[in-house]
Amino acid sequence: MTPQQPTARRRVGATWLVAVLCGVLGFALVTSAHTNRATTGLGAARQDDLVRILDGLTGQADRLRQQADSLNAGVNRLQSGRDAAAAALADAQRQVDALGILAGTAPAYGPGVVVTISDPGHKLRSDTLLDAVEELRDAGAEALQLGTVRVVAATAFTDSGATILAAGTAVTPPYVLTAIGDAHTLNDALRIPGGVVDTVAQAGAAATIAMPGTVSVTALRSPTASRYARPVPTTAPASAG
Amino acid sequence: MIAAVALVIGVVVGLFVQPTAPTWLQPYLPIAVVAALDAVFGALRAHFDGIFDDKVFVVSFVSNVLVAALIVFLGDQLGVGAALSTAVTVVLGIRIFGNVAAIRRHLFRA
Repeated sequence: MTPQQPTARRRVGATWLVAVLCGVLGFALVTSAHTNRATTGLGAARQDDLVRILDGLTGQADRLRQQADSLNAGVNRLQSGRDAAAAALADAQRQVDALGILAGTAPAYGPGVVVTISDPGHKLRSDTLLDAVEELRDAGAEALQLGTVRVVAATAFTDSGATILAAGTAVTPPYVLTAIGDAHTLNDALRIPGGVVDTVAQAGAAATIAMPGTVSVTALRSPTASRYARPVPTTAPASAG
Repeated sequence: MIAAVALVIGVVVGLFVQPTAPTWLQPYLPIAVVAALDAVFGALRAHFDGIFDDKVFVVSFVSNVLVAALIVFLGDQLGVGAALSTAVTVVLGIRIFGNVAAIRRHLFRA
């Protein structure tokens, strides 16, 4: 590269220095390229860039947090809606249970008494059984069953010759009357002087009261559809009046 | 000739060693490389003009690198590092283009 000159020794040294610098340049070139490729990401970024990236990330985090908040609110809304629906359903179920027991369409069990009236001579009339039922109702009986007939508000006791009909079904002695309620109250109500037990005894029959702890009223009454009565729509209760 | 061989050797060594610049050097190394490239192209042009001088090359190489590093350092201290780096790169790039154009005229007469 350099022509030989009188001060050759100095020239040779300078040539090698130039070569060394060129070698260093090549090395630095590759190093720089390699470093640039190796330090992808934030390590190679300048402060300004880092600040800008941080700003961007902060904004993004804020947006995402707002999104998360709104989604959480949605979740809460749906959850409370579901809770309300479940509460309404449980309420409706309680109502169905109560009405089922009242209407005789659902079996029931609980504390109560079992009254067995033996009447071998068929001396009792329907009014005696009706008295017994009324007495039990007064004493707080919530579910009643006579033989295989569920006794509800609409159950009628009639006589057909010597046979007693309950809701049109013939019942034969001994009459087994199952009542769910406070057992002691029911027992006392039947045993008061001049009450059901006395009346039955005076008529020549015998009534025994058992308190087995838990009694079951399993006879069911099929619900009858109303022919004339219609429920008032709950959406417009005032317009009916 | 020796310088070209040394350049190739440096590149090859770099490719084999796969070095990573230390963190404190990372902002300065690219600018220093560009500055050194400017010095090399200037030397090449001087060589074709027949006015190449070892001493001038060594001094311009070293001073280019140092000044470039100093400018980047100052820029970083003043908070305008990115802008100054860009400025240095642009100026050196223009100079390299000018030198390359002169070299081209020498080589191809065009």
